[in-house]
Formats: sequence, structure tokens, C-alpha cells
Amino acid sequence: MAGSDSPVVLGIESSCDETGAGLVRDGVLLGHAVASSMDEHARFGGVVPEIASRAHVHAMGPVVRQALAEAGLRLADVGAVAVTTGPGLSGALQVGVAAAKSYAYTLGVPLYGVHHLAGHVAADTLEHGPLPDPCMVLIVSGGHTSLLLVRDLARDPIIHLGDTLDDAAGECFDKVARVLGLPYPGGPAIDRAAREGDPDAIRFPRPLTGPRDDRYAFSFSGLKTAAARWAEAHNGGSLHVADAAASLQEAVADVLTRKAVTACRDHDVKTLVVVGGVAANSRVRALAQERCAAAGIELRVPPLKLCTDNGAMIAAVGDLLVRAGAQPARLDVSIDPSAPLEHATLHPVAAPAAPRVA
Amino acid sequence: MLLLAFDTATPAITAAVHDGTAVVAESTVVDARRHGELLLPSVDKVLAEAGASLSDVTGVVVGVGPGPYTGLRVGLVTAAAFGDALGVPVHGLCTLDGLAHAAGASGTVGEGPFVVATDARRKEVYWARYEGPGRRVTDPAVDRPADIAERVAGLPAVGAGAALYPEVFTDVRPPADQSAGALASLAAQRLATGGEFLPALPLYLRRPDAQVPAGYKAVLPK
Repeated sequence: MAGSDSPVVLGIESSCDETGAGLVRDGVLLGHAVASSMDEHARFGGVVPEIASRAHVHAMGPVVRQALAEAGLRLADVGAVAVTTGPGLSGALQVGVAAAKSYAYTLGVPLYGVHHLAGHVAADTLEHGPLPDPCMVLIVSGGHTSLLLVRDLARDPIIHLGDTLDDAAGECFDKVARVLGLPYPGGPAIDRAAREGDPDAIRFPRPLTGPRDDRYAFSFSGLKTAAARWAEAHNGGSLHVADAAASLQEAVADVLTRKAVTACRDHDVKTLVVVGGVAANSRVRALAQERCAAAGIELRVPPLKLCTDNGAMIAAVGDLLVRAGAQPARLDVSIDPSAPLEHATLHPVAAPAAPRVA
Repeated sequence: MLLLAFDTATPAITAAVHDGTAVVAESTVVDARRHGELLLPSVDKVLAEAGASLSDVTGVVVGVGPGPYTGLRVGLVTAAAFGDALGVPVHGLCTLDGLAHAAGASGTVGEGPFVVATDARRKEVYWARYEGPGRRVTDPAVDRPADIAERVAGLPAVGAGAALYPEVFTDVRPPADQSAGALASLAAQRLATGGEFLPALPLYLRRPDAQVPAGYKAVLPK
């Protein structure tokens, strides 16, 4: 396969509070840009969907132009467009999909709908090259906590081994950060506070790690409550934020890495890829490294800037789909805010409304 | 001149091609929840019907609302990307002005006062008052019909929003739905006379519904 024959793929991401555009060809990241409305959500303690959607409208054009400028390319150089069609916030997804359709249509190039989580999986290929077949992927972010068995990302079905039954790991960090008086987003704040703390100070529970629990399922709601109870009980002056942050982080990192390594062993998989915003957590990274080394598993974690939501990862999936000869999406492709990850492509169809009675 | 016009600020997904003299193709589908799905196919259809290619387009005309947000954004984001990719200007027009223009063109309103009202959901309407089809005399606003009853009393009212509240809008006249053809005609008129356009940014008229959390809710029993 001649490298220069592959088209430049423009990837667009708008499923939550980040507007991203990225350009990839033949597995190589050519340029990308991300705008975030995170600051506008901070005082609400979480992402406000309507604020995110409005911000996407303003950021979309500039982000695409910035990515092109970084790559030294023009729109006319784009040979395919990939876009997140789900899961995510409905109004936010609609903005990215409308933009992607318009670019694909005006440029006369194919459009591919991409599952957001497949994007997170593909992010690592931009830094460390193609994924081995098979590999285990742990996706941990503010919205997702999933264990996936991935073969050929562009061609094979993705096997969903386990998910969180309630809150995502990042959500747990956000909520507990609030209880501890730390800023939003909670993940980085807890990571910073934990540096001065003792991870063994409080023995927080390790949810779903008992012998009869689902080996690959996660639950962080109870852990969140346990941390809140502890904080309330110690709020009379003995509340040691650093110890609480370190202990919580330890519990989360312990459960995540323990289950991920178990999944690798059970399925005889030699590579673990940890992706998503929580992959940026220093303790999750360190403990994953330690346990993978002990188990003889290669650990791959994308660089920080590719861990959080971005358009480059969507372009990376698009690039794989183009090269695998996947079927493009139609112009009436819809979105699916709660799509389970079954394939890298996601081409939802929306049913027509009932005819209006005059 | 070849204008490509569309509007997604009402339940209608409407697209049209205008050659500077007349509308040469138009498509209107009413499906309040599928703007994102239906807009590009509609655009594709009207361009094909007009026998035009994208490179013939000299300007994009888009209704900037006010209108329900998700649909509205689809039109504006699409217009911006078209303008960007085709290297042509994007002309924004108030969606209500398009309905007023259509009513004037079809003779359902005269040179006297009338109002245009579209459905703003949440038991409210987006509306504005006109003195003749080409002259809007109030800024577009969002209100509960009962709160503006006195200001619209007895006036002819155009748009599907008016038809929802017959107790307030007692003289409802067609058209009910937005037409991109009318919007394109209005734009062609403005371009010919050097009239002004709006920036292609959404008119929401409401702030996002977001409340700063009132405070921490304790998990331990008091």
C-alpha cells in the first residue's frame, strides 16, 4: 500500500465540552486543535449541555482552520471526513455532525461516522503505531469506564467485557473533589492534592473486587459516597484533604488496574492500552505500569494531549476505516447519544416524525 | 448570482436555490426533530433540481432564528462550513423576516401592521411586529402569548406559532411554515438594494437553563 495514496482524513469531535479537529494520513498525525468550554462549566460543577452546544458553534470553524494551519494544509487537501456520531450529548454531537457533513459534501469526499470510544482507542496509534491484534483497552474518563477486547479496530466487532454499573471513574473524582472543596475538573485537582497525602491513610472500599463479583464490571458510586461520608465525618477540623485525595486515588487506581490486568490474563492478551481523561492520572499510570510489568504485559498510554477528547483520535479511526475499505455514511446519518461500542463505525438512522395532522 | 438558502429555525427543514431573479428550486420538509438528518439531503436535492453545481454558488443565505436551539445550530454550522469551503459570503437573515416576506409575497398580509410568531416551545412564541412585510418594527422576542396579548390584539398573525394560541392570535394567516425560497428572495432583494444582513450567528433569545448548584447535599443523616 503506497502511503501517499491514502487521503488526508479530517476528524471532528464534539461529543462533550471539547471541540476538536484533527488531520491524519496513514496513521500519522499531521495537525490538530482543541477548544474547550470547560471554564464556562466550572461554576456549575459539571458540563451544562446547552452551554457546551453553544460553544461548539463558535469554536468549530476556528478549530478546523487551526488544525489545517498546524498541518500546513488547505481544506481542499482533505480527502475524507470522520466525525463522532455518538455517544455523547445530543445537542453537542449535532453541531459536529452538521459541520462534518457540510465539509464532506462541499469537498465531495466520503464521510464516516465514528464511535467516540473507538476514537479513544485509536488515539494511542498516533503516538505508538498500530495496535497489536488482540489488545485489551481500558477506557477511563468522566463519562466512561469500560474494558474492551479489541482485535482489528476497523474490521472486527469490539468485545465489551465490562462497564461501570453506575458512575464513571472520572465522575467519581469530580464529585469527591467537590466534597473536599477542590476545583472542577476533579481529576487533575485530586491528582495534585494527592501528592502531599498518604494513600494508605483511609481504607476506602474496592468496589466489585470480591470473589463472586463480575470480574470486569466497575462501580464507583459507592466509593464516591464512602468518600463523602468520610469527609463529612471529619469536617470538624481533622479533614485532611491530601490524605483523602491520595486514598481515593489509590482505591480508583487499584480497582482499574487490577481488573484490567485480570482481563489481560484471562484472555491471554499481552498488551494493555489505557486511554481516556483518567489515563492522565499519575497514580493510575504508575500502578498500571507496575502491575503490567509484573504480569509481563506491555502497557501503552497515549500522551496527555491525546488522552482527553480531541479530533485527532476521530481522524485516526477515519484513517483506519478508509484504509480498510469501510462503507461511508449517508448524508442523512444521525447521532446516537447512548450508543454501545460494537464497531468503530457508528451510522445511526433517525426515524421520520409522524406526519403532522393538519 | 446563485444563492443557496436554507433555514432550520422552525419545524421546517427548508432549502432553496435562487438565481438572482427567481427561486429555481425549493424543498421543504416538516420534521421538527430531524434537522441534522434532512438538511444536507435537501440541499443536495435543490442543487440537483436547479441543475447547479456547488462551484456555481455565489452566496449562502441562512435563517439565524430565533428558533429552537438544536435545529437552529444545524443550519448555522452548515452555513459556516459551506461559506468556508466554497469561499463565498454567508448572509444571515432573521427567520421571522422570511415568514413576513412570504406572507407579503402571497398577499396574505398588506402594508398594514401584522405579527409573525413561531413556536418557541415551553408555552412561548418567538415573535416580532411588522408594519408591512418588509418593515419589522420590534426586535425579535420570546414571550408567553398571554403576556403579549394586548400588543398583538386584533392583528393578523403569520406562522405556525400563532396558530398554536388562537385565543391570543385571533386572525391567523398563512404561511404556517418557513420557506427558504422566500428567504432567498428577500436576500436577493437586499443584495440588489445594498441592504444589511445579520452575522451568521444563532439568535437564541434565552440564556442556557443552568443553575449553579445550591450547595453540597450531605450524605450522612443529620
